[in-house]
Amino acid sequence: MSSNKIRWPSWPLLVPALALLAGILLVPLADTLIRSVSTPGWTLSNYSNLFTDGVTLTVLWRTAVTAATVTAAALLIGYPYAYLMTRVSPRARGILLVIVLIPFWTSVMARNFAWIIILQDGGPVQSLFEFFGADDVVFYGTTVGVTIAMTQVMLPFMVLPLFSTLGAIDRRLLLAARGLGSSPTAAFWKVYWPLSRSGVMAGVILVFTLSLGFYVTPALLGSPQESLVAQLLAQRTTLLLDFAAAGALGILVLVVTLVLVAWANRMGGTMSAIGVVAAGRTEGRR
Amino acid sequence: MTTPSTTVKATGSSPGTPSGTEIRLDRVTKDFGLAAPAVDDISLTIRPGEFMTFLGPSGSGKTTTLNLIAGFETLTAGTIALNGTDVSDVPPHRRNLGMLFQNYALFPHLTVAQNVAYPLRERKVPKREIARKVAEVLELVQLTGRDDNHPSQLSGGQQQRVALARAIVFEPSALLLDEPLGALDRNLRSALQAEIRRIHREVGSTFVFVTHDQEEAMNLSDRIALFNNGRIEQIGTPQQLYAEPETLFTARFLGDSNVFELGQAALGRSIVWDGESWGVDPATVAAHPGVRAGSAIVVRPEDVEVAARRDEVPPGANAVRAVVRDVEYMGSYRTLLLAMGRRGLPGRTRVSPLRGDYAIGDEIVAWWRPGAQRIVAA
Ligand SMILES: Nc1ncnc2c1ncn2[C@@H]1O[C@H](COP(=O)(O)OP(=O)(O)OP(=O)(O)O)[C@@H](O)[C@H]1O
Ligand SMILES: [Mg+2]
Repeated sequence: MSSNKIRWPSWPLLVPALALLAGILLVPLADTLIRSVSTPGWTLSNYSNLFTDGVTLTVLWRTAVTAATVTAAALLIGYPYAYLMTRVSPRARGILLVIVLIPFWTSVMARNFAWIIILQDGGPVQSLFEFFGADDVVFYGTTVGVTIAMTQVMLPFMVLPLFSTLGAIDRRLLLAARGLGSSPTAAFWKVYWPLSRSGVMAGVILVFTLSLGFYVTPALLGSPQESLVAQLLAQRTTLLLDFAAAGALGILVLVVTLVLVAWANRMGGTMSAIGVVAAGRTEGRR
Repeated sequence: MTTPSTTVKATGSSPGTPSGTEIRLDRVTKDFGLAAPAVDDISLTIRPGEFMTFLGPSGSGKTTTLNLIAGFETLTAGTIALNGTDVSDVPPHRRNLGMLFQNYALFPHLTVAQNVAYPLRERKVPKREIARKVAEVLELVQLTGRDDNHPSQLSGGQQQRVALARAIVFEPSALLLDEPLGALDRNLRSALQAEIRRIHREVGSTFVFVTHDQEEAMNLSDRIALFNNGRIEQIGTPQQLYAEPETLFTARFLGDSNVFELGQAALGRSIVWDGESWGVDPATVAAHPGVRAGSAIVVRPEDVEVAARRDEVPPGANAVRAVVRDVEYMGSYRTLLLAMGRRGLPGRTRVSPLRGDYAIGDEIVAWWRPGAQRIVAA
């Protein structure tokens, strides 16, 4: 027997993954794309219709605003939370992590029905507001309610990248800044915040792109008059059976998302952040 | 919590004129709640423009004391005053002190020039002046032309020089350095030691330098404060600490020494050790009025001479018989490792090669003049 090892090329290891990707992503995507430009006949009318039908742009804008609000809320809550996680004992950190992950492990339906109970007319939240004299506050069936519920489930996507970035910041840099004449506030804004930017960027992109695709939450908690883009897509595919128009809309959302990710990557978000985005995409379609 | 708005003013510091801050520690204690306080009732005055080194073994409280001066730790007891102003409640950024750590602590998101400019920006120095000062100080640390590099593009020694530049660019009236050369290799260390000494001369600030390397301390300092268990064991010029140690700890920490521990004995005209009777020079008895249990005689190796026989020892000298255990060739001199007295106490002496050869196992007589020995407290 020869002692020479046979040098197998390593690319065949990718074959199963590539086959799967081709089968469930590339083929349907290509199909969607082709259909959107070939029905009826070769035309771009499905795309131009998006801008002229008077509905799509409104829904897209509403979706973007909702996603941006969710992102801002998640950042405002998640940043101090992740900071706290880097400062406490490993035990407490574990507990904080579990708390933020609980909505993750809860079934989509259970979570959303729980929110319905909490936010509905006459529910505990409304009663609380009434107690303080605000009688006309309505969350159920509004974008506000949708935003609250979405923020809850998006929080881990903000907290986890932030936690890993903040945890890696050398705290002696803050001491150095203090020693060089910075007040604690100045030290935060001039040293800590810039060093946390890649984590912020990753979290923001992750939460924003995932929020663009939410379906179940706005369908259950929102109002049909204020639907988001995923509902519009569902309506066009399942009710109107207009696959070409739905395909054009889907492709538009995809392009917008990819542009955002590319932009974030240039602005200092890391490749790993995009990896997480990609991994989270399917998860976020709820 | 209110932060006092006093900012410690530099006393008209411009390069070239000695203008450092006086740092006064009065009965300073820091207790972390461990078995013993990290800093235990230290009083110390560092003079304006002085190069003061905190030397001592690991865990002896050097860094903690420095952090107390900087304001990064709060006092358990005592007061700290800069130029006579009590700063015990002044936050670090208002003390106007420069700070240099062991591990650079350069801001990784800023370039070399931006790092150095940082303290000037915080002080709202006009842009043009910032540019001028940054260029000036980068030249001082010999890093001209590296302005736009990021710290990660520099070697360890270069990074530390940037940190040094950043620490002195705002002309702090005092600079606190915590083992700034600890992570560097030997050559770089001595090069940067020379640089630090030069900068100290040129800037004229007070320098407080922490190290556990006695050679470094000897090289750099005007005075050394020797730390042990949160207290200052002895304070003085390098020469004083080496030649006139007051305690056994000091004698052992700085340089090599022959240590003869004494039992219970009164300090009279002579001392008996292992059957040998030795004379005493009253001037060599340190602060302690009488030899107590646990006191010891310390003789530096270079003060110990070697004779072949007892009758070659000059009259009035103190002598002990010894066996040569080993010979170390050190180039210009040799070190004999000895076993002294009946119990074979380890000892060492330096001899010139001109004084003949010694072989392992030779029986000799080691001797020294009473004036060369120190009697210290244990
Ligand atoms: N933040 C802290 N919390 C609790 N104990 C501390 C803290 N900082 C220092 N200590 C303790 O105080 C003592 C003195 O520490 P310090 O860092 O001042 O020593 P050092 O002389 O600088 O030592 P080294 O040469 O190793 O740097 C040590 O016993 C240390 O464990
Ligand atoms: Mg230390």
